[in-house]
Amino acid sequence: MRFLFKTDYRQDLSLARHSGHVFWYGLLLVCLLIAPGWASSYWIAQLGFVLIYAIAGLGLMVLSGYTGLLSIGHAAFLGVGAYAQAWLTSHGVPFVPALLAAGALSALAGVVVGLPALRVKGIYLAIATLAFGLIVEEVLARWDSVTGGNAGLPVAAPQLFGYVLEGPVAFYYLALAVCLLATLAVLNLLRSATGRAFIAIRDSEISAQSMGIHLARYKTLSFALSAALVGIAGALYAHKLRYISPEQFGIAQSIDLLLLVVVGGLGSVHGAFLGAIFLIVMPQTIVLAKDFLPPAIAQASGLQALVYGTVLMAFVLFEPLGLYGRWCKIRTYLELFPFYRQGMFRRQKAFQRSERLK
Amino acid sequence: MTDTLLSVRDLSVRFGGVLALNGVSFDVRRGEVFTLIGPNGAGKTTVFNLISRIYPPTSGEILWQGEVLTQLPPHAIAAQGIARTFQNIELFEHATVLQNLLIGHHTHRAAGFWADLLFTPAARRSELAARHKAEEMIELLDLQAHRDALVAGLPYGVRKVVELARALCSGPRLLLLDEPSSGLNVEETEDMAWWIRDIQSELGITVLMVEHDMSLVSRVSDRVLAMNQGQVLAQGTPAGVQAHPGVIEAYLGTVDDVASLRRAA
Repeated sequence: MRFLFKTDYRQDLSLARHSGHVFWYGLLLVCLLIAPGWASSYWIAQLGFVLIYAIAGLGLMVLSGYTGLLSIGHAAFLGVGAYAQAWLTSHGVPFVPALLAAGALSALAGVVVGLPALRVKGIYLAIATLAFGLIVEEVLARWDSVTGGNAGLPVAAPQLFGYVLEGPVAFYYLALAVCLLATLAVLNLLRSATGRAFIAIRDSEISAQSMGIHLARYKTLSFALSAALVGIAGALYAHKLRYISPEQFGIAQSIDLLLLVVVGGLGSVHGAFLGAIFLIVMPQTIVLAKDFLPPAIAQASGLQALVYGTVLMAFVLFEPLGLYGRWCKIRTYLELFPFYRQGMFRRQKAFQRSERLK
Repeated sequence: MTDTLLSVRDLSVRFGGVLALNGVSFDVRRGEVFTLIGPNGAGKTTVFNLISRIYPPTSGEILWQGEVLTQLPPHAIAAQGIARTFQNIELFEHATVLQNLLIGHHTHRAAGFWADLLFTPAARRSELAARHKAEEMIELLDLQAHRDALVAGLPYGVRKVVELARALCSGPRLLLLDEPSSGLNVEETEDMAWWIRDIQSELGITVLMVEHDMSLVSRVSDRVLAMNQGQVLAQGTPAGVQAHPGVIEAYLGTVDDVASLRRAA
């Protein structure tokens, strides 16, 4: 077990709390940087998807995990970002400005959803975002002149400073860079007053308000930031697939994103990454598992949806803190061995919680 | 009157058919501990919620240093220098004690969203300033042992103190304490009494509190206001209010009631 000896408040402000963090995250980064050297291009392509979903996961994590606002329409922002990027790059806008514009446009859409969302909460907010998701999907399908309608839209490979980034490896490095920047931005917010305001709103709106937090401003900000991140992920997604169509940004995609943050662990940045890995690895595992299953089950059409649903329910019931929560428990168990207690991570009972004023 | 910090004038609030407050008036002077007492449902917490603008008054007004408070939005109250605690602790459960205290410092943040996003030197300075303030309060209220603990895992008594510390982190001039001793054991109540005195004398903060524990009330209060069913019964020194016939009647019933009970027995 590690004992931290703190001598300066600045120690608590740095991203890496101790030398262990520097070592392990440094090692992870080095592994990711040299991955194209030893992994096959198939796995590099998959890793690219993981990075894209991790950015989108970070976006939804800011909103649902940290601000406590539920959304089942986040694929809409992915769509807005993807179509904005496709349209802009096809009109000759360079990659970086197009990416920023896609993020900004998506953030604007986030504000549009966020404003009415100030009046509704919980399940009602979820329904409102669901409706927004359906509207956007429909707009993408009908607005032929811009989106190409149901026929879809081809997207060129990203061009950066005159170089065309063809192939999975070049794209992988691009996604890695964007993902790193997005993660840094989110971590920065979370260690400063803005991130704490989000957490305050999540845990108790009434007392957040009396601490001087402007609820409407911070909720809208959270929506905008979340939408911007998901929009940027969408822009990369468009380049990755090279072809986009409205049905990629429907309710199924929204549910996937929700699955990502819940399985990864609500309220943790690690959770966004673990969830993204889960989301990409799971379908492959199902495909592999089909070889070992009796044909009647293996060829059933709804197998993947069934597995996803079961996994989501299992996590909500047995591990509400998600994969990251599970990892924290394992780590604590090993650190404290043999003194780990069963109830250490048990959530507070509902009857001990105070009644809310509103 | 220059020494009046908060002035409540003819405050009434109606929820549907219930008149929760009916023409309540009182002044809180700078530097005193002013206590509201009264049976359950007297409207004490309603007064607090009106001051923190959680709901608007039906009529009447609240003057803060001579200015009308009832025009301000609820989130602007903290910046005016009014901090509060809640009767049923409203802490940020899934954050650490330190984070809770830092959120208390929110109104003094010196960096905006973009500075936070890039964690510029300005954001870093703002964070350090918040941390210094939080550590002062941790020192004052002996919370060192719980600094990095999640609130969700803390015992009730400690949470009460954390909530007090969080309110103090905003650097208030007026502190609203809603039942600071409820749910505390005898020793914790003892500590709370000392701290309220310290807050008043060392930090120079005016305290307006709602409290049921009469021994605590008489130890720390300079003046007491007794309420019943939304109306003011009596106002004055703790001993004077306790001896007031109307107050005794509100708590214990009239002499006739007692006599009738006696006959029945």
